[in-house]
Amino acid sequence: MSSTAASQDSNSEVLLAVRDLHAWYGESHVLHGVEFEVRAGEVVTLLGRNGAGKTTALKSIIGVVPHRSGSIRLQGEEMIGRSSRHIARSGVGYVPEERGIFASLSVEENLELPPIVKPGGLTRTQIFDLFPNLRSRLGSQGTKLSGGEQQMLAIGRILRTGARLLLLDEPTEGLAPVIVEQIGRMVEQLKRAGFTIVLVEQNFRFAKAFADRHYVMDQGRVVEMIQGSELESSMNKLHAYLSA
Amino acid sequence: MFEWLGISPYGLFGQLLIGLINGSFYALLSLGLAVIFGLLNIINFTHGAQYMMGAFAAWMLLNYLGVGYWWALLIAPVIVAVIGVIIERLLLARLYHLDHLYGLLLTFGVGLVITGLFRNYYGSAGLPYPTPAGLTGGTDLGFMYVPTYRVWVIGVSLLVCFGTWALIEKTKLGAYLRATTENPVLVGAFGINVPRLITLTYGFGVWLAALAGVLAAPMYSVNPNMGIDLMIVVFAVVVIGGMGSILGSIVTGFGLGVIEGLTKVFYPEASATVIFVVMAIVLLVRPAGLFGRGT
Repeated sequence: MSSTAASQDSNSEVLLAVRDLHAWYGESHVLHGVEFEVRAGEVVTLLGRNGAGKTTALKSIIGVVPHRSGSIRLQGEEMIGRSSRHIARSGVGYVPEERGIFASLSVEENLELPPIVKPGGLTRTQIFDLFPNLRSRLGSQGTKLSGGEQQMLAIGRILRTGARLLLLDEPTEGLAPVIVEQIGRMVEQLKRAGFTIVLVEQNFRFAKAFADRHYVMDQGRVVEMIQGSELESSMNKLHAYLSA
Repeated sequence: MFEWLGISPYGLFGQLLIGLINGSFYALLSLGLAVIFGLLNIINFTHGAQYMMGAFAAWMLLNYLGVGYWWALLIAPVIVAVIGVIIERLLLARLYHLDHLYGLLLTFGVGLVITGLFRNYYGSAGLPYPTPAGLTGGTDLGFMYVPTYRVWVIGVSLLVCFGTWALIEKTKLGAYLRATTENPVLVGAFGINVPRLITLTYGFGVWLAALAGVLAAPMYSVNPNMGIDLMIVVFAVVVIGGMGSILGSIVTGFGLGVIEGLTKVFYPEASATVIFVVMAIVLLVRPAGLFGRGT
């Protein structure tokens, strides 16, 4: 399903190919053969209800789910047996759902924490251009920022590292509509700058404007692939998957 | 001016100085424990043995190789830290996925083995270590007598304690440590080598213990049991200060040394127990310790 549907833009290379991905938390089997792929420069979303396995899929890609099997290829290189450290060093930036801002670090220390993994990351000035709020808060304790500012910090700090594949887990969760709009504009800017983005979202309207494709997950599988252009016409189908 | 209290100034300031000296060791040792606990979540019960090994390493350097105090101060803690790193890589690293209790039991056992080995080869009598030339003698200030070596120990301890605090709170490496203490999984997912950070931290904590051991060698006799008695008090200091707090360890270490010293002046009978009384009170009022961050 995913392999045929993704071929419309076949002149850009497949950056990330996930095949038959299974994942477990202890005894519980959470992912049951997830398949999808992302081409360089695309924005792709994983949609689905709570507990569908979206977050676990992202965590499996960055390698923080201890027990996983199947295949995750990054530019052709197999990552399934690699540590999260190695995967990050291959150019993947991860923003967890809980944002992961460190309370014992200042905003500046949070921003500078992730090491440079590839050349070509954004400079501090470029990050402050994207997120002007951060510039004046550098000395504050990381967790003293508002929810929106914490989200911007969590995204800003991985733009510095030179990672070209960004994994964003529900960046709009719990944020005011104005902030959601600002993060939306930021994602569009990053797409124009050539970043590849996998976005986990419950709020598909947020990603409507810029997502190339949407993968719908249910019960640990990808059950549907919707082209960005077909989102409007697929609303009924989508509502059926997303509502209980 | 102290006569009306029935206390001579020599007695008061003398005990105050001893309090600061003991506090120097409490601070250095509880600081090492705090650094290790912060990142490894393990209470390092080998700490006392590692302190003793620092003193013995200095003694061996002098008696077997003719290496004096100043070089020993640099070399001995590094030797013991390397042994610590080997213990961490070979043994402790295998226990991180288990309950912390296993780490406690392991370090306790390793401490017993090391102490037993030294007792077997060197007996329990205690070996003398000379005060280094240049730090012998002292000064009579009129109201108290100040031995030079003790002032040196207090100075080095203060310097190392606040150096460690600055390293952790003010540097990039310290930011890695603090972040890893909070969320090691995410720090690893940024591409940082967390296992190496943990090994270095353990080595650093052991280095602090061994440094305290070298500083202690000229003051107390070098003997295999020297760590055991001291560590009972140091664990009380750690509980009072709040497990894992850096500044808490330093302030509580020096503070309790002074409280203990003053108790010797005003009510000598309680001097051996006062720290544990303070511990009981602190646990009742603030179970997380004076500088602890709750649970």
